[in-house]
Amino acid sequence: MTETSDDKGSDSLVRIRGLRYARGDRMIFDGVDLDIPRGKVTAIMGPSGTGKTTLLRLIGGQLCPHEGSIRVDGQEVPELGRGELYRLRQRMGMLFQSGALLTDLSVFENVAFPLREHTRLPESMVRGLVLMKLQAVGLRGARHLMPSELSGGMARRVALARAIALDPMMIMYDEPFTGQDPISKGALVQLIRLLNDALGLTSIIVSHDVQETAAISDYMYVISGGKVIGAGTPQQLEGTDSDWVKQFMQGLPDGPVPFHYPAPEYVDDLLQRDTGSAR
Amino acid sequence: MLEWIRELGRGGFRYFEKLGRSTLFLIKTLAGIPAVLARPGLLVAQLLSVGVLSLLIITVSGLFVGMVLALQGYNTLVDFGAEESLGVVVSLSIVRELGPVVTALLFAGRAGSALTAEIGLMKATEQLSGMEMMAVDPIHRVIAPRFLAGFLSMPLLAAVFSAVGIYGGFFVGVGLLGVDDGAYWSQMQAKVDLYDDVLNGVIKSVVFGFVATWIAVFEGYDTVPTSEGVSRATTRTVVHSALAVLGLDFVLTALMFGE
Ligand SMILES: Nc1ncnc2c1ncn2[C@@H]1O[C@H](COP(=O)(O)OP(=O)(O)OP(=O)(O)O)[C@@H](O)[C@H]1O
Ligand SMILES: [Mg+2]
Repeated sequence: MTETSDDKGSDSLVRIRGLRYARGDRMIFDGVDLDIPRGKVTAIMGPSGTGKTTLLRLIGGQLCPHEGSIRVDGQEVPELGRGELYRLRQRMGMLFQSGALLTDLSVFENVAFPLREHTRLPESMVRGLVLMKLQAVGLRGARHLMPSELSGGMARRVALARAIALDPMMIMYDEPFTGQDPISKGALVQLIRLLNDALGLTSIIVSHDVQETAAISDYMYVISGGKVIGAGTPQQLEGTDSDWVKQFMQGLPDGPVPFHYPAPEYVDDLLQRDTGSAR
Repeated sequence: MLEWIRELGRGGFRYFEKLGRSTLFLIKTLAGIPAVLARPGLLVAQLLSVGVLSLLIITVSGLFVGMVLALQGYNTLVDFGAEESLGVVVSLSIVRELGPVVTALLFAGRAGSALTAEIGLMKATEQLSGMEMMAVDPIHRVIAPRFLAGFLSMPLLAAVFSAVGIYGGFFVGVGLLGVDDGAYWSQMQAKVDLYDDVLNGVIKSVVFGFVATWIAVFEGYDTVPTSEGVSRATTRTVVHSALAVLGLDFVLTALMFGE
């Protein structure tokens, strides 16, 4: 692939090159290159705490990278002015890990929120659209409930309905499957695929559920230790010979991918007692 | 010793950094006010929760402050045979000082702390960040209506406080202690000046409302997004508002009545 300045018409909707980002002294991304192809479902996987949520926030322009380029639909996100960034975000949906529903609004009003903020549609049309989105996530009947009356899984499905309310060009799902029972998980998997194909969206899924994710994604990235350690179609990754990727795909506790947050040796920690135990 | 000086310097930096952040925040908030005026629904909802729901505590406090002033004032005045002037004493104390100041203190405790906690929790639960990702500026959608509602409510609440306080003084002075009814009102009318007293009191309450609401919404928006952070921010709102109100009251009084 060539580093063209304008890739609006190209295959990748999101193109990340040489991304470096640090929180304090800790390097979260250390030279990451990623391409999210248009019209496809791309999964980003990796151990907990590697920075998957951070990556989505970088793409959404909520965080600013220290180095490198992040282009979405040909626009360099970190360099956009406020107006342009907000216009770009109207075309991105994001499902937050926590749902992030507005607690003073009902389920119906939460889904209607983006419509009311960004469009001047008549009330009957807003109602029609909201009911359609809620029907898609199976919660049309729960529209009068307040967010505090929802379970974690339900809240996330409402958040999903809200994320697709404006029919964006791209949706970023942060852990859509956590907290879902097998039935709604299955339904969500189908819904994500269906939305992607029927509406011609581009989807980015961040998830730990290897099986579900592999089943619907066209392309997968595995991130660990600030680098992309594996990329390919689900079949390619299944048959990989990289120890790192194999460990992750098969869910083995032992292997090169560390389960622990960086720490001194356990024995030293136990004996010394004072190295940072108070914080 | 060196560490202590270093800490002092760091604290100073943090203080000025925060001052800068809060000023920028204020500018952004003010820039969002035209958008609020275009959507009066948002403002009305906030006027209800910030202003109307504070009415009860303001009315009750105003009544008691007026009654106490009348009791205290009467005991002093009666020694000089000047109890006819009770109305003047009560109304001047309330209109010039206690109305704006006590209302602002109560407002910070009742409405300011609630604003900070609400905004802080919205931040902690990623609601503000979610709005940003939906291309809705939380400063315009959440902060500006609350700021405007606080700013508009405070002078009105202070006016209610003063009116009720003067009636509180009337009940005790005229009703209980036997001050002449006509003297209470006519002396008040003769001695209280519309510009020097009433207008200056209104100016005070406008300034206090601006500052107390600014502190409340800024502390909420600047919260460390944890439960502890929200609780600290709420405390800071009440303490800082109270200090700011009392400090400004001295400055304003010196400017207005210092000659
Ligand atoms: N506000 C913050 N301040 C400092 N460090 C942070 C902050 N938020 C996240 N981090 C650090 O950044 C790293 C990446 O966090 P992130 O939330 O992106 O992980 P994640 O890959 O989404 O994990 P999970 O799968 O558990 O959601 C973590 O190690 C965390 O310690
Ligand atoms: Mg995460």
